[in-house]
Amino acid sequence: MKKLLATTALALMSLTAGAHAEGKLSIYHWFEYIPQELLDKFAEEYDVEVTMDTFDSNEALLASLKAGKLGSYDVAVPGDYMVKIMRDEGMLDTFEPSELPNFGNIEDRWVDVEFDPGRKSSIPYQWGSTSFSVNKDVYKGKLDSLSLIFEAPEELKGKINVLDTAGETLTLASLYLGIPQCTSDKAQLKELNALVQKAKPDWASFGSDVAKDVLVSGDAAAGMIWSGFSAKARAEGANIEYVFPKEGMIVWMDNVVLLKDAPNRENALKFMNFLLEPENAAAVTNYAQYTAGVKGVSEFLEPEVANSPESNPPADQKGVFVEACPEDVQVLYDAIWTNLKK
Amino acid sequence: MAAGAPMGAGNSSRIYKGSGWKLLFPSWIIIGIFLLAPVLMMGVYSFLTKEFRGGVIWQFSLDAYDQFFFDRGLFGDEPPRLEWTYIGIFWRSIWQAGLATLACLLIGFPTAWFIATRDPKSRSTWLFLVTIPYWVNLLIRTVSMKFLIRDTGPLNEFLLSIGVIDAPLGLINTNFAVQLGLFYSYLPFMVLPIYAAVERYDFSLSEAAADLYAGRWTILRLVILPVVKPGIVAGCILVFVPSLGAFLAPDLLGGAKTFMIGSLIEEQFKGNAGNWPFGAAASMILLTIVMCVLLVYARNQNKVEAR
Repeated sequence: MKKLLATTALALMSLTAGAHAEGKLSIYHWFEYIPQELLDKFAEEYDVEVTMDTFDSNEALLASLKAGKLGSYDVAVPGDYMVKIMRDEGMLDTFEPSELPNFGNIEDRWVDVEFDPGRKSSIPYQWGSTSFSVNKDVYKGKLDSLSLIFEAPEELKGKINVLDTAGETLTLASLYLGIPQCTSDKAQLKELNALVQKAKPDWASFGSDVAKDVLVSGDAAAGMIWSGFSAKARAEGANIEYVFPKEGMIVWMDNVVLLKDAPNRENALKFMNFLLEPENAAAVTNYAQYTAGVKGVSEFLEPEVANSPESNPPADQKGVFVEACPEDVQVLYDAIWTNLKK
Repeated sequence: MAAGAPMGAGNSSRIYKGSGWKLLFPSWIIIGIFLLAPVLMMGVYSFLTKEFRGGVIWQFSLDAYDQFFFDRGLFGDEPPRLEWTYIGIFWRSIWQAGLATLACLLIGFPTAWFIATRDPKSRSTWLFLVTIPYWVNLLIRTVSMKFLIRDTGPLNEFLLSIGVIDAPLGLINTNFAVQLGLFYSYLPFMVLPIYAAVERYDFSLSEAAADLYAGRWTILRLVILPVVKPGIVAGCILVFVPSLGAFLAPDLLGGAKTFMIGSLIEEQFKGNAGNWPFGAAASMILLTIVMCVLLVYARNQNKVEAR
């Protein structure tokens, strides 16, 4: 009997090994950010079984990894400042450029980035901007300033949606006031606090995942939004224009990082290399409508994506990355945010 | 030990004597794993030192409770005053939950009464109708409510088209919308326990009261209400407690403009703040409030039974 069991078990094991892929890859990614076909393509090309979980904010990603998920994923896709935070927390593994044959495909300006100098742990995924869009049927004036959100004109009062994350909303407010990020200057922080407090009655709602929906439905006539999300809203019929404010906008880049204690390091590197193929990077761009940081994608892009006004800011447009503040400063921004929503 | 005990139908309790605690094992495991352990963990975390950007340092600290109750100004350099921010958030949530409970009671009681006084055959049909919407996920229902009442939604378009109003009502992103969402989400929790109580009510009591010249109002107040009160109280608790921690309705229908208890706690774990001990402390304070409500209820029940 025992022998029979053992034989059956052995037979089963060999069966599953035959049916299953060579290896595994576990991805932790944003929602709606990679086309399923691309994952299938990778799985087939490299004979790897791919699984993916999703998150909806950089902070949620960090919280989940801190709560014990580190070691169960191979790669994740944090934004710029979160790469720095995760690196400082020791959550990232490093690789040598030679381990990625396509390393040279990274656009030159995205190689030596401040959040990961020399790209020791990350590669570019997509980059874009955060600003706001305005419904042109409701507001016919000039679209060039963050004042439309923070000191709203009569037509837009009570019809504005702002992003429900302290980082983005308070950074845009700081840009409008012309004060630096992560300031500990009391006068500047009080000014920032006063600005958002005064603006809040003009805001209809706070929401990030609904940012596109409220513009399409008309619940909001103006709303903070990410560039690609705004392009999608336009494609869904909203008569909106994505604004490039003279005070500046937020520029961000999402990056594929190699996580510490990755169970399948080899496959993770294969996947990162795969995403640096121009054709594959372009597939992501065609889906998400942001911009790849990879050389040679243009021939694979759909024309309406390549030429979308949201992805092509004027040459002299100012843009800043969100900074990760030190703890003693971050609590002040948290307090302003809580104070705003109390 | 039970070997010498006489066997018989009336002695079942004796058979299990001594081994009763063993039979309770499964329920103790459930209570231990799903109730006591999480609450204990939350309690412990609330007394730890926060780690920047989420996490805890294993060092005793009262900072979380201090932050909840004392205000030292934006820069922490002013003398401590009572902190109204979080008390305000709690108060608003309690007020919202209370209003939602009241609304559910005002609509739920007559509904339950109506169903319980139909003939027994059609009762189950009515109950079935009450529960149908609840086969759909709460999130979907809340989003649907948003679609219905938004300025460009069917409700406003209908009212505009028949000329009752000449501008959209502007319901979305208001407290009224949140109330509507909570009311709609939790109404059956009010209807079902009240229905159960009314169904058992012996209507000859009302007839007897009427024979003794009691008016309709008096019958309702002095005869019916005391009998169905347990159902009403159970319904109120079932609506009040989940409303208190709700964050779907405030976020989706109220525009997330102000923190509710639920979203405040969520922000501590998932948001920028990343202050786990504070989130745990806020949860403990919420738990304490809910426990107090339930204790008052339990004591009242005991008094009623003692009478």
